[in-house]
Amino acid sequence: MEHPTSEHGLRTYLIGFALAVILSVIPFWLVASHVLPPGRTMLVIGIAAILQILVHLRFFLHLNLTSTPKENLLAIVFTAVLIFIMVGGSFWIMFDLHQRMAV
Amino acid sequence: MFGRLTIEALPLYSWVAVGGAAVTVGGALLVAIVVTWLKAWKYLWTEWLTSVDHKRIGIMYIVVALIMLVRGFVDAIMMRAQQAVALNSGGYLPPEHFDQIFSSHGTIMIFFMAMPFMTGLLNIAVPLQIGTRDVAFPFLNSLSLWLTSAGAGLVLVSLVIGKFSTAGWTGYPPYSGVEYTPGVGVDYWIWAILISGVGSTLSGINFIVTILKRRAPGMTLMRMPPFVWTALCTSVLMAFAFPALTVACGLLALDRLAGMHFFTNAHGGNMMNYPNLFWIWGHPEVYILILPAFGVFSEVVSTFSRKRLFGYESLVYATAAIAILSFTVWLHHFFTMGSSANVNAFFGITTMIIAVPTGVKVFNWLLTMYRGRIEFHPSMLWSIGFMVTFVIGGMTGVLLAIPSADFLMHNTTFLVAHFHNMIIPGVLFGYLAGYMYWFPKAFGFAFDRAWGARSFWCWFVGFYLAFMPLYILGFKGMPRRMEHYNDPSWQPYLMVAALGAVVVLCGIGCMVMQLYVSIRDRDLTRDSTGDPWDGRTLEWSTSSPPPVYNFAVLPEVRDREPFLDMKERGVAYQRPAHYEDIYMPKNSMVGVVMGALAFVLGFAVIWYIWWLVIACGLAMWVAMIAKSSDDEAEYVIRAAEVAKIEEARYRALGSRAEGGT
Repeated sequence: MEHPTSEHGLRTYLIGFALAVILSVIPFWLVASHVLPPGRTMLVIGIAAILQILVHLRFFLHLNLTSTPKENLLAIVFTAVLIFIMVGGSFWIMFDLHQRMAV
Repeated sequence: MFGRLTIEALPLYSWVAVGGAAVTVGGALLVAIVVTWLKAWKYLWTEWLTSVDHKRIGIMYIVVALIMLVRGFVDAIMMRAQQAVALNSGGYLPPEHFDQIFSSHGTIMIFFMAMPFMTGLLNIAVPLQIGTRDVAFPFLNSLSLWLTSAGAGLVLVSLVIGKFSTAGWTGYPPYSGVEYTPGVGVDYWIWAILISGVGSTLSGINFIVTILKRRAPGMTLMRMPPFVWTALCTSVLMAFAFPALTVACGLLALDRLAGMHFFTNAHGGNMMNYPNLFWIWGHPEVYILILPAFGVFSEVVSTFSRKRLFGYESLVYATAAIAILSFTVWLHHFFTMGSSANVNAFFGITTMIIAVPTGVKVFNWLLTMYRGRIEFHPSMLWSIGFMVTFVIGGMTGVLLAIPSADFLMHNTTFLVAHFHNMIIPGVLFGYLAGYMYWFPKAFGFAFDRAWGARSFWCWFVGFYLAFMPLYILGFKGMPRRMEHYNDPSWQPYLMVAALGAVVVLCGIGCMVMQLYVSIRDRDLTRDSTGDPWDGRTLEWSTSSPPPVYNFAVLPEVRDREPFLDMKERGVAYQRPAHYEDIYMPKNSMVGVVMGALAFVLGFAVIWYIWWLVIACGLAMWVAMIAKSSDDEAEYVIRAAEVAKIEEARYRALGSRAEGGT
């Protein structure tokens, strides 16, 4: 069995953890406190979610553009395409439906 | 103390329900008595339940699948019997009970028959075919098995304590919401799926890593056997699609338990988003199930036609194309929801496109058979039966892909006939072909051919009798899931369909006989070569059953059909110069314990026994941490011991060569 190398120190994980917590607290706080109108709240939640993904990739999975092998990045691109299909498709379907059902 | 669990939960509302509960409890007791009588508890625990060996996990998956196949079939034949007699009368099942039966039939057949069967075949065949000693994460594999079993256990328990869902296998809100269905049924459904869904996601990840990282030296991607290719694509689909199901069911659970409003009609909820999320998983799921079956057909057709697979590259690209396209068609499950013409047209066209790569594969198999020396092994019968029947289902599928046609056919028995036409000949025939193909590899003795062939013919004829009438009934406008009806012209068709279910029952009976006869005659039919079919891929190069480490020396691959290549070069069965120590993962009880805890946790949530939920959650967390901190998860098989096991095999091979023809 290989042992994890020590290059990803505790520090990286702690930074990642702190960022992840901050990015989770912001949406909850926005929803609970109603400081922004609903549309903008959703926008901020969406941005926080995307940043959250990037934080996980960078600090927990240790991916970056220089030292990560090409096939791993390829897997990420594939994932991005699928997420685009799922999320984009859902938006298309649900907004289309909303328009037709809207009162 | 016990939440909403009271003595009222016992199924005393109808004699049929009491019978079901009695059979379930009786079956469990019978197994316990037999195991005790054989004094096999310790053996069962140390050799099987705690095993992390992929071959044993695969066998256990298939045992789960076969048990659930019988349970799901009982549901099916009960529905057929009800509809055959329920003209202008209530039949023998009250509506509430009939609804539970169609819900549990669909849930069981998809989640607890097809999924475990598929994962079981992957477990048995993939590591052997790619020439490795185990999957990438052996403990995770055991955990997946036990989470899946926990879900299956919840469905079985719902027959005895409380009721199952009446919301169909898809559980659409608002009907499945707490407002309209407050009982435990939908909760049983949700938690069975959530728990087993985690297991499936983990299996997907496990097999992606196994196939990408653990292939034998020389096995490039384009030298992988077709079954491994389909397993890889399926695993990718599992890892990406199952989270959507987990989210949909999780949100529905929050609606029901925590008073949230994701899918309610009021307070900003949107129930239309549930079908959307559900089918983002649901359509890839169809391909998750069928791609490995396609892989099995490719192996079987090539082996029993004694020919290389025709158009290997086209088959691989078709598989990959299906895997991607399967994520672009999900709206065709709800064309009638009311999307605009553009949206419906888009998904209608993608649905028709996906038939193209599937058609390519049919030609791959047909042209592999062309001028081959075909041997009609039962697996080959399943494959040919599949090809003939599956194209009919494909054509009705393309018909349903036209939104305007779908508006007429939706929710009729035409749809029911269509998807059974895909899933029985496509998925189930494929898995049964694989089951009969790899059985001698897994157990080391032959699987009775005569009973296998009888089973095939019963299933094949029974399928046509059971589902062709449903196509006609769909054209005549019969809605699906009817408990009773008043149109006398439907009844003859429904009686033929019921007869079809009886013929399928004979097919299941033949499968039981096949197991019995094969086990009875096992000493006469031992397979000492490990290669009963003159096979082409690596799993046939090791002994049957394979030793725990699969390959004493990892094979070197030079060709797309590595074992055939070795036989042709005369290097198969060669004694290696020396053996080395082999490191193998130790058995672990954490998997089965976590599965049991997940089962109790699900049960406790369903019945609102919150203290037990917390206790189980904590215990699972502790078990996980303990397992993760275990640094001694492997043991060594010394080279001398490997040599001893291998020498025994070479002796068996040698004696066969001398005493044989």
